[in-house]
Amino acid sequence: MATEVERKTDIGPPHYEQFLHPLMKANYGNWKYHETLKPGVLAHTGEAGTLYTVRCASPRLASTNFIRQMTALADKYSDGYLRFTSRNNIEFLLADKENIDPLIDELNQMNIPVGGTNNAVSNVVHTQGWVHCHSSATDASGLVKAVMDELTDYFTSEKLPARVRVAVACCLNMCGAVHASDVAILGVHRTPPRIDNETLPNLCEIPTTVASCPNNAIKPTSIEGKTTVTVDEDKCMYCGNCYTVCPAMPLADPLNDGVSIWVGGKISNARSEPKFTKLAIPYLPNNPPRWPEAVSAVKNIIEVYAENAKPFERMGEWIERIGWPKFFDLTGIEFSKYHLDDFRYAGTTYRRSLHNRY
Amino acid sequence: MADDLKIPLLEELEKGPWPSFVSDIKSVADKSEMARDLLRQLEKSYEDKRGYWKHGGLVGVLGYGGGVIGRYSALPEEFPGVSHFHTMRVNQPSGWVYTSKALNEIMDLWDEHGSGLTNMHGSTGDLVLLGTRTEELEPMFQALTQKGWDLGGSGSDMRTPSCCIGPARCEWACYDTLDLCYNLTQEYQDELHRPMFNYKFKFKLAGCPNDCVASQARSDMAIVGVWKDEIQIDKDAYAEYIKDGFNVKEYVVDMCPTGCITADENDIEIDDSNCVKCMHCIARMPKALAPGKERGAALCLGAKAPIVEGALIAQVIVPFMKLEPPYEELHDLIERIWEFWDEHGKARERIGEFIERVSLATFLEGIGLEPLPQMVKQPRDNPYVFYEEYYAEEDEGEDA
Ligand code: HEM
Ligand code: HEM
Ligand code: SF4
Ligand code: SF4
Ligand code: SF4
Ligand code: SF4
Repeated sequence: MATEVERKTDIGPPHYEQFLHPLMKANYGNWKYHETLKPGVLAHTGEAGTLYTVRCASPRLASTNFIRQMTALADKYSDGYLRFTSRNNIEFLLADKENIDPLIDELNQMNIPVGGTNNAVSNVVHTQGWVHCHSSATDASGLVKAVMDELTDYFTSEKLPARVRVAVACCLNMCGAVHASDVAILGVHRTPPRIDNETLPNLCEIPTTVASCPNNAIKPTSIEGKTTVTVDEDKCMYCGNCYTVCPAMPLADPLNDGVSIWVGGKISNARSEPKFTKLAIPYLPNNPPRWPEAVSAVKNIIEVYAENAKPFERMGEWIERIGWPKFFDLTGIEFSKYHLDDFRYAGTTYRRSLHNRY
Repeated sequence: MADDLKIPLLEELEKGPWPSFVSDIKSVADKSEMARDLLRQLEKSYEDKRGYWKHGGLVGVLGYGGGVIGRYSALPEEFPGVSHFHTMRVNQPSGWVYTSKALNEIMDLWDEHGSGLTNMHGSTGDLVLLGTRTEELEPMFQALTQKGWDLGGSGSDMRTPSCCIGPARCEWACYDTLDLCYNLTQEYQDELHRPMFNYKFKFKLAGCPNDCVASQARSDMAIVGVWKDEIQIDKDAYAEYIKDGFNVKEYVVDMCPTGCITADENDIEIDDSNCVKCMHCIARMPKALAPGKERGAALCLGAKAPIVEGALIAQVIVPFMKLEPPYEELHDLIERIWEFWDEHGKARERIGEFIERVSLATFLEGIGLEPLPQMVKQPRDNPYVFYEEYYAEEDEGEDA
């Protein structure tokens, strides 16, 4: 037994410097410019020389095998240096330009697309879904795979007007923070929590549970002498807050759970301000394993955008220029009462000018 | 072994050009019962259109309140391999940079102590080790720390800070994102590992307003690099763009949000006093234009997803701060913010919602900052002002 080893805590992460490519250290803070050699391949130049980056996709949910395959490629082509991006892509950092094409060949043989740079659909930021989370209204990994199988061509090219960021979250908690993406797929419940009156009194603290509801839909009640809660179904918006604090109020409902589609959000400050995504399609069914309805809806939106937007115009900027009525027109998406906001700041989304296009 | 794996629905997801997580999980299913039963349970989810996980539970490693997400299958008899399937969040290095050697070491440990499955990475930034049993948590933790790694945050604590690649590979970085990310993580280890806040508190650090880590959408405090002086212009490089036929008028001048660029065949001029540092022109002509020399960052507070009161994008709280080690001014401000939020915030109230509830004016007073016009889009447009200065009756006409 290795009891001799002292237990360490609070050491924090290792210092990043030991993982920096020698050229990153040499040019640290002194990079001059960068170029895109082709989709997925960047060249960053500083006094000390040029560093080549090859960016490829990953499924994010990756096995130790997959990671070892990647590190083996890094050992072979990039002196063992690699990094991950904020959108789950993998980047190999190469000193030698000659290594770019052989590396890409090997990646392609492994069925791993290279791309995701500039005006591309980059990898999808997503969450856990049925693979790990109790709260999910849909799966995430499968949905991403199905969508990206149709969009791979936009990942490996740069033919879109601007970058398109796609995100998936499997419930309203939005762990992937999909509320500021060009296109977002969001898992939704459509029915109120089912209350397990047997277990609730033991599992949940009543005041906390009542307080958890943003719409005051939850009231304490008594059933056979035990304190439990009821939900006013008319007030419930299926947000799952109650379930987060009280496990006896699950929302999962195979018949009704599904996804909604959102568009036009943006994070960077380029040109226009960061924007929230807005509702495009309120509900599409969960249809595993390939979610054909959601996939074709996303593809349609991206294709209509690609055809109509001006160069460098992000999805949200394009929609603002042409106006929302035209967006619904061009995409053929039906506008319904669900598109009208009725939460806290609903009034801020109502039109108060006569700036309509006819 | 693997031949009793009947997952026809999932196997549909082995087709197509995008990397398949199903094929990948299958590749470890021979050596990992957890991976195999994960696929079997997931197949059932695909059949039944619902998840089969129980609401988490309190599990963790000795002395830490965060860093582990407890997870149990709702069908442990049917899928014993995932009866426990806890996640360990390992604090990633700044900028998600690794060497093969370091990653392989973690993978070896994870094959020994866990499912052999990971998320590279979670949306907060951690290297997520997906799925292990309660009794493996402490041994895995100790093995990790022996190799120099530690856990990140979860629950109502400071969450693992993350940052863009910044000065290590980007000419636009206006401060050292990697160094500050490391500094904050080390400075606040206690806040990271022992949840004692009202709710989570996330830091994300972007080197410039492009915000490649989505800080303004995803973090309670977004630290976004920016400059104050003039955009640097390389006129020779500009001439090259013109020579190559680049349409400066259409793609740069006309797209500048404040119309502050004048340019023709021979010259480009920027009215920097009107530039809002949006990065558009710089991104279009990276060889000719660069951020100015007087660099620092803007601090923004309060981004969050919709739960509970609605989504928020981070709001400007300090328009410009110089950020150089040892970052005392920043630490000081962070601690004042935490203190005020701790004292007056409610349980499960994120900082953004807290500011909306108590009002920006009260919040600024609480943390000792002066109101500035840069903090708002516009002054209020309603007349319901709570005046705090007014004359009382007896003062009236005293000196008349
Ligand atoms: C109030 C809102 C939220 C709640 C109640 C919530 C709850 C949860 C839960 C239960 C999990 C566990 C999933 C699992 O079993 O692995 C989880 C995972 C996670 N959440 Fe959240 N979440 C919220 C919002 C967010 C947001 C806005 C972000 C990021 C900006 C985020 C980032 C993460 C990350 C990084 C994980 C780890 C797994 C992953 O990356 O998918 N969460 N969250
Ligand atoms: C020197 C130039 C740049 C570098 C080194 C850089 C680096 C990166 C990297 C590595 C990522 C993760 C990308 C991925 O996996 O797809 C990223 C994401 C991103 N970048 Fe950049 N970038 C640069 C320029 C830009 C420009 C010009 C813009 C905007 C006009 C921009 C906006 C973004 C945004 C919005 C994201 C996505 C954030 C998210 O949703 O997670 N970046 N950047
Ligand atoms: S978005 Fe919802 S279902 Fe998905 S991982 Fe987060 S909490 Fe779980
Ligand atoms: S799901 Fe949301 S709205 Fe419905 S009862 Fe629960 S907390 Fe309230
Ligand atoms: S946020 Fe700015 S500094 Fe950081 S990597 Fe992106 S473009 Fe570069
Ligand atoms: S950074 Fe933006 S606002 Fe400033 S000059 Fe360039 S395009 Fe105009």
